Amino acid sequence: MLEIGLSHYLTVAAILFTLGLFGIFLNRKNIIIILMSIELMLLAVNINLVAFSAHLNDLMGQIFAMFILTVAAAEAAIGLAILVVYYRNRGSIEVEDINVMKG
Amino acid sequence: MIIQALAFYLFAFVAVAAGVLVIASRNPVHSVLFLILAFFNGAGLFVLLGAEFLAMILVIVYVGAVAVLFLFVVMMLDINFVELRSGFLQYLPIGGLVGFILLAELLVVVGGWVIVPEATSVAAAPIPPIDQVTNTEAIGRLIYTKYIYLFQASGLVLLVAMIGAIVLTLRSRAGVRRQKISDQVARRPGEAIEVVKVTTGSGI
Repeated sequence: MLEIGLSHYLTVAAILFTLGLFGIFLNRKNIIIILMSIELMLLAVNINLVAFSAHLNDLMGQIFAMFILTVAAAEAAIGLAILVVYYRNRGSIEVEDINVMKG
Repeated sequence: MIIQALAFYLFAFVAVAAGVLVIASRNPVHSVLFLILAFFNGAGLFVLLGAEFLAMILVIVYVGAVAVLFLFVVMMLDINFVELRSGFLQYLPIGGLVGFILLAELLVVVGGWVIVPEATSVAAAPIPPIDQVTNTEAIGRLIYTKYIYLFQASGLVLLVAMIGAIVLTLRSRAGVRRQKISDQVARRPGEAIEVVKVTTGSGI
């Protein structure tokens, strides 16, 4: 219990990942919370990578986590930009209306 | 050892609690603030794992940039968030079911395997001893040599994201008086000033 090993970190990451997924289901209408849930899931993945990196004594995992951080930042910026444009066009951010965008 | 365990449980517990509040709080501003708290505690876990560079990057990039971006967008858009929560409980059973199954599977996977002992000896980039090379220096030595193309590619991803965000949100509104530098430079004294001869005792 007091000996913190790999599985402790993996459990925390699993719980955070599940919370992110649960948040997507729970806040089906609020796309801002959905984006935040995705960020939560990416944080869980990063914790996994860094935990394995520390456990296997391999720096590769931390470098991977850094690249995931980059992609997550880019994704958040683009997602929020799309959200702002969508809000300007429709005056709401209801996810359920978004299917009007299909061509 | 006991301090490490206490710190781990503190960070893990606060991170999970903040994660719950991110998805459950009524006000999206509170959600963003709890997301910041979750990221801070994730950074604490990274420090415990010996990845202090990533921990600082997490704080700078996520708390300093991404979360503030979220905060800006939440505060800029005038949205009735109460209305958006109307179907909140509708998806609770199915979401809870899927989340529970996923969590159970993940925990089975976490508890159910062992790493072969020789896995540490085939590491692609072994971590050098901390008393000789710090974590930041070791990462720098790797990403500027072995993974330089990936590093440059991630820079390109950020550049494309930046340009994309600007292109998406830039709009030219009618009726806004902007500075036109070419017009300013092209002004000549003849059209800019008018010399009026004012006779004594009368106005213009």
